[in-house]
Amino acid sequence: MEFIKSIEKQINTKAVTPKFKSGDTVTVHYKIKEGTKERIQLFQGVVLQRKGNGATETFTVRKISGGVGVERIFPLNSTNIAKVDVNKQGIVRRARLYYLRGKVGKGARILEKRQFTKAAPVVEAPSTPEVA
Amino acid sequence: MSGLIGKKVGMTNMFTEEGKNLACTVILVGPCVVTQLKNEEKDGYKAVQLSYDEKKEKHTSNSAIGHFKKANTTPKRKIVEFTEFKDVASVTVELGAVLSVGDVFAEGEYVDVIGTSKGKGFQGVVKRHGFSGVGGATHGQHNRLRAPGSMGASSWPSRVFPGKRLAGRTGGERVKVVNLKVLKVLADQNLLIVSGNVPGGKNSYLKIEK
Repeated sequence: MEFIKSIEKQINTKAVTPKFKSGDTVTVHYKIKEGTKERIQLFQGVVLQRKGNGATETFTVRKISGGVGVERIFPLNSTNIAKVDVNKQGIVRRARLYYLRGKVGKGARILEKRQFTKAAPVVEAPSTPEVA
Repeated sequence: MSGLIGKKVGMTNMFTEEGKNLACTVILVGPCVVTQLKNEEKDGYKAVQLSYDEKKEKHTSNSAIGHFKKANTTPKRKIVEFTEFKDVASVTVELGAVLSVGDVFAEGEYVDVIGTSKGKGFQGVVKRHGFSGVGGATHGQHNRLRAPGSMGASSWPSRVFPGKRLAGRTGGERVKVVNLKVLKVLADQNLLIVSGNVPGGKNSYLKIEK
């Protein structure tokens, strides 16, 4: 298991993975190809869960779009993710926030973790070496 | 057909530059030692015998020790023959030559992988042969959901034809998966990364052909 984790780091070229937890509000900058053109699409919402580990890890983001709940699952190490902004850090008491699906409006709010220090909320993981 | 012997490490995924998420298998390949060169005169056919994976001498029979000594190497666990072995560029294939993954495989090539599939025990026809079962689960149907159905015609031939597909031991057999793309060769660590899946569990031996 340890062995395959070390290989995963070598074969996946993406060096920086953003750091966030479930309950955080994030904006995912996702690259979309239309023919030869490439543009960035934003998806802002609450992180419901992070699932899996290593190169296969994914995260689920939920937002309300036009009164309808929309969830999208992103692979954490996807090269299509240009970046992930952490807009708010939430205070939640569980790792998987499935209960948000049944709630709307005021009930779907999450307590915000206030930053009293000036430290930047986005902490980036140390880069992993790339092997050709 | 050139190739090498390897061992399955496990599966993971890999992202390409275009953003594609590919499932891939990591295989620990070689270094393999040429332990015998079979020829037409003596053996009746041409083949290259490769050996892989260290083995303790105390677990090896004397005749096997002698066989490995001829190739000037230590005892090995897995011995595989390759017929019509094509020459590789960097190493001459002779008795005692050591072939590693970088010598034989390159990124972007297509390989075939042969292994023993995972044993699944005694299984019914639905899992074993892909039958669809009889009837439905509802409308008063009972007990027939995964049944094999008819065994054949009646008064003629009054018997079941040989080869009729029935329930039985499944898996644990030789399986060949063809045309797997080599996604990466990590020559310094003897690793080969191919797209898709290969037969068998972790640490099972695989024959990789090109």
